[in-house]
Amino acid sequence: MAKPILTRPSIPPEDAETVIDVDDVSMIFNIASEQFNSLKEYFIALARHELKFKEFRALNHINFKVKRGEAFGLVGTNGSGKSTMLKIIAGVLEASEGTCTVRGTIAPLIELGAGFDMELTAKENIYLNGALLGYRKEFIDEHFQDIVDFAELQNFMDMPLKNYSSGMVARIAFAIATITEPDILIVDETLSVGDFLFQQKCERRIKELVDADDVTVLLVSHNIDQVERLCDRVCWIEKGQERMVGPTDEVCAAYKSLGN
Amino acid sequence: MNAEKNTGAVSAKDAWYPPSRRDWFILRQLVSKDFKLKYRRSTLGVVWSVLNPLLMMLVMAAVFGSFMRYNDPSLGNYAVYLILGNTAFQLMSDATNQGMCSIIWASSLLKKVKINRYVFPVQKVLFAGVNYGFSLIAIALVMIVERVPLTWTSVLMPFALLTLVVFCIGLSLLLSALSVFFRDVIHLWGVVLTAWTYATPLFYPFKILPHWMQVAEKFNPMYIYITYIRDVILYHTVPSVGMHVACLGFALVALGIGYAVFHKNEHKFILYI
Repeated sequence: MAKPILTRPSIPPEDAETVIDVDDVSMIFNIASEQFNSLKEYFIALARHELKFKEFRALNHINFKVKRGEAFGLVGTNGSGKSTMLKIIAGVLEASEGTCTVRGTIAPLIELGAGFDMELTAKENIYLNGALLGYRKEFIDEHFQDIVDFAELQNFMDMPLKNYSSGMVARIAFAIATITEPDILIVDETLSVGDFLFQQKCERRIKELVDADDVTVLLVSHNIDQVERLCDRVCWIEKGQERMVGPTDEVCAAYKSLGN
Repeated sequence: MNAEKNTGAVSAKDAWYPPSRRDWFILRQLVSKDFKLKYRRSTLGVVWSVLNPLLMMLVMAAVFGSFMRYNDPSLGNYAVYLILGNTAFQLMSDATNQGMCSIIWASSLLKKVKINRYVFPVQKVLFAGVNYGFSLIAIALVMIVERVPLTWTSVLMPFALLTLVVFCIGLSLLLSALSVFFRDVIHLWGVVLTAWTYATPLFYPFKILPHWMQVAEKFNPMYIYITYIRDVILYHTVPSVGMHVACLGFALVALGIGYAVFHKNEHKFILYI
């Protein structure tokens, strides 16, 4: 295996401002005991006072703060609520209780290529996806060639995306998502896209962003090695409960002892 | 990547629109996507947008003009009467049919990207509006062939179109929110649209309606919008102040109700789509 490219960035000063403030966040899903998809069923149940909901707490009173320039990790086993937490931070889900405040622009390297339309050409998709991520049109115009160069797909720009291989789609998506310099970079473990050469390229690009002092990185993974390599601090969430927040080595040691 | 080395006007740090200005670019991209996809791989392409209302008008003229004898001389030119009513009604039915499902169709996107949800119903209404723009060419062709002159009163036409589009946005917001929670709405709306088509004097004269229906038409927004359009294009008259108030009133009421229902429920969408 090649030597790891990603390493921990310098620790930000004590007085750095807070960019992600997760304050007592809970996420409650109502799992309807019956699913109503028709008006008739709904009104019958309503009339009989039979609208019962089971509550499922995906997240229970989570608290943490991330400072500007920090590399922060979220760990936990499968189904522990990491993705839900991430969606709340990214603004896709609204917390049921508590508040999550985010200052600055986010580049979510999760669900890359959301909003791609397979019938459109790569070029058209770059503009569409850019718009959905909130980019300025002038910015895309100007950096179009950079995106194409990074994805190494110069000769395929006028081809509909449905004729692309999944690796090629992922390259385009990664190139669009990382062309900017966000305040907050969210990196998901699903990042392992493309061949090993492209993966190294992705890691180098992420490192460039991580090393820039005022970029905050949020890494979500159950791959503990990656977290140990990259993060300054870690939050461990287990079954929706916050187990531990603190320096990487302490939290990771505790998390690893889970298997023993 | 040499994004940092690029010394263009827009730096990588400043790549984003402020949140308030994102939606317009998103809407433009989404509407242009709809447009490209609609005509991709059809030989005549965009010509269909003009051809379609023309052919529909011919079919209806044949059925209702020659066969059913609705062709009343008091209607003025029957071909123009038909195409004006049909295209405007088509705008509403396209906009609401597509707008109604827009949130459900956009579910994969809404689950992944933070985006103002109202853009999807609005996108579909604007797309229907673009298509209506092309059917204006068809209307112009029919008017030339039928020698119906265009007078200065037609400058009032944009007022009816604008209020009609706002009315459609309101309806689409309402329907898209309802259909998320109750998929029945989608099936029901097809029936409502059919009933609405027949309840609106699109191909028959207003005066054949029984008295109570004539009274009821005052509360049929589509009748109001279509009458306004026919007044300024076909009959060369200026609609009354009451007509203007009605056009604007229906638009604002629909938008108000649609927005209120949509806004109150939109944070729950993600749990149901």
